[in-house]
Amino acid sequence: MKIHVRNGRLVDPAAGVDRPADLFIAAGRIAGVGAMPQGFAANRVIDATGLVVCPGLVDLSARLREPGLEYKATLESELAAAAAGGVTSLACPPDTDPPLDEPGLVEMLKHRARQANAAHVYPVGALTVRLEGERLTEMAELHEAGCIAFGQALAPVMDTLVLLRALQYAATFGFPVWLQALDPWLSRDGVAHDGAVAARLGLPGIPASAETIALSTLLQLARDTGVRIHLARISSAAALDMIVAARASGIAVSCDVSVNHLHLCERDIGYFNPHARLLPPLRSEADREALRRGLAEGSIDALCSDHTPVDDDAKQLPFAEAEPGASGLELLLPLALKWGGEMQLPLATTLACITADPARILGIAAGTLAPGAAADVCIFDPDGRTTVTRERLRSQGKNTPFLGSELPGRVRYTLLGGHLAFESAASPPA
Amino acid sequence: MRNPQLNAAGGLQHLLTIEGLPREILNEILDTAAPFTEVAEREVKKLPLLRGKSVFNLFFENSTRTRTTFEIAAKRLSADVINLNIGTSSASKGETLLDTVDNLCAMQADMFVVRHASSGAPFLIARHLAAMGYDHIHVINAGDGRHAHPTQGLLDMYTIRHYKRDFTRLSVAIVGDVLHSRVARSQIQALKTLGVPDLRVIGPKTLIPADAEGLGVRVFHDMRAGLKEVDVVMMLRLQNERMQGALLPSPQEFFKYYGLTADKLACARPDAIVMHPGPMNRGVEIDSAVADGPHAVILPQVTFGIAVRMAVMSMLAGG
Repeated sequence: MKIHVRNGRLVDPAAGVDRPADLFIAAGRIAGVGAMPQGFAANRVIDATGLVVCPGLVDLSARLREPGLEYKATLESELAAAAAGGVTSLACPPDTDPPLDEPGLVEMLKHRARQANAAHVYPVGALTVRLEGERLTEMAELHEAGCIAFGQALAPVMDTLVLLRALQYAATFGFPVWLQALDPWLSRDGVAHDGAVAARLGLPGIPASAETIALSTLLQLARDTGVRIHLARISSAAALDMIVAARASGIAVSCDVSVNHLHLCERDIGYFNPHARLLPPLRSEADREALRRGLAEGSIDALCSDHTPVDDDAKQLPFAEAEPGASGLELLLPLALKWGGEMQLPLATTLACITADPARILGIAAGTLAPGAAADVCIFDPDGRTTVTRERLRSQGKNTPFLGSELPGRVRYTLLGGHLAFESAASPPA
Repeated sequence: MRNPQLNAAGGLQHLLTIEGLPREILNEILDTAAPFTEVAEREVKKLPLLRGKSVFNLFFENSTRTRTTFEIAAKRLSADVINLNIGTSSASKGETLLDTVDNLCAMQADMFVVRHASSGAPFLIARHLAAMGYDHIHVINAGDGRHAHPTQGLLDMYTIRHYKRDFTRLSVAIVGDVLHSRVARSQIQALKTLGVPDLRVIGPKTLIPADAEGLGVRVFHDMRAGLKEVDVVMMLRLQNERMQGALLPSPQEFFKYYGLTADKLACARPDAIVMHPGPMNRGVEIDSAVADGPHAVILPQVTFGIAVRMAVMSMLAGG
């Protein structure tokens, strides 16, 4: 299959490119940019007039819910959502049922994902057996099975000695560790940021110190063990300041933020909206502003969807009892564009946060349109709109605080390894 | 965002919280309650305002006292009252909150009086009723988690107005476990809305919310300083499970520093009134000499409570 993407605006953040150029794809790879390679005869021509052609998006956290939680979502439903969102590579956290702590589970997941052939799936292996924070997993075996990093999702490692040993062991093999900073004691009963809204609504609070105290532990252990640590889903200005200071002192550390925390704050809980029940919790407006600036200035490395499909039965409950998380694969691009527009950033800078930057953290050769690279491409209409409704979301998880919103940008084509994984009409269906 | 307890015309559809209710609606409730206090003194204590209506007391958390006052209020308005202690029935069989509500809607309910251990549960029910098109069914929040207990807040306002008349010149102190208290939140919002200029909360830091100033109150940790020259002292109940542990070392120490004694009450104005939402822990948050003394208006609160709940029910469903 040879594809000629004609007349588009080519944005390749890794190469600092933003110019009108045609793209030529053959044998699953980028065959040429700009001028047509010799002897190229397209099987299909995509007219990209008025459209942006960029690398397929890379998402650092998307829960597919397999194995074990198929009543919330299936690999097929969520990979279809990924393709519809222009996402061609995604990392999935280990908090499945059972957790991703055995090579067989990881091999099965990789196998199922290859069969679905809608996005590349990179599992994050469990750092400890059953995520219980007590015994180390067979990290080297899990790595061979396909895990690109190790983490705990939202499960804590209560015992700091176990945490130290786990980081040492991962560092032995050079495996990256992805962790969320959340002190299990300070966050134990909490469901919302311990601020004005929690005080008003009578919701048990999670103070920002739940993040900074855990972060302090992680940063010190990262320094002592030399492990490559990625701090997932940071939520407070204080945490960002600590990460910036740690980098200045020479600790190699990267971090990301979710689309939810980039756009929402504690006030968006409104009158107990269960879709705003998230972990880490939505924090103050000042925190959100710091995260928005941090991502623009590059002190936050990447933006992710933190896609977490939750079934209605687990969401339609009183706020504190509702399961945390929001669906987001299909909103990653629109919410990145919304932020980039509001911050008046060049399009290439905005797109780098969801392509080249997360690819670097994942350690994969994606997020680029360089000739020879795999032809993972997202083609979107920057002037189109994405209307967020239950009906239009392909994800099985209809749980998002952005339900009812109209967001900028509309994915038109997603190419995965040179084949068309998604295609949509120019205007939204009526 | 529209306040979910008001209908499109700005009238009261549900009573879920005091927050966001305009002063006119609060005054209307208090004014409506006034004549109902006399009904209790008649030989026939009934009015026909809710005749033929079904009021379901949906108590997901046990509370004999609050349920009884709602039951009396509904019966004095001639409603049929059905009491459901869900804490001991459906929920323990695995039925969800909204399944329970759907079932009761199918039984032609007109009003739900809801008590639930989770903050916001009555909002979930109200949103669900709106989504299902049950616009004729009203919800009264009878206490949700730490969030709100609006009829308690209103009966407290009725009591203060009865004894003090003008809210706009008052100093009011709320004492005790503010952090976990739905009563305190409703009192604070009502007092702010009615124009109380000097509102204080008193308690140890473990029992005061992190951002209490954001609620519009001054925080005191020294009870004598906090009670200085106040007109109204509103005591809160301290739950047994919070009396010793990580929040407080012992009920004895709490009583010594935050229990209301005649000695500490002497810091307040000589004509100060003392209130308590009940049930009281004598010797923990309040000394018997004060609870039974001349400043206490704790039993009138209970009497006014029935009239205020009659007022709310008649305004919601009596039309």
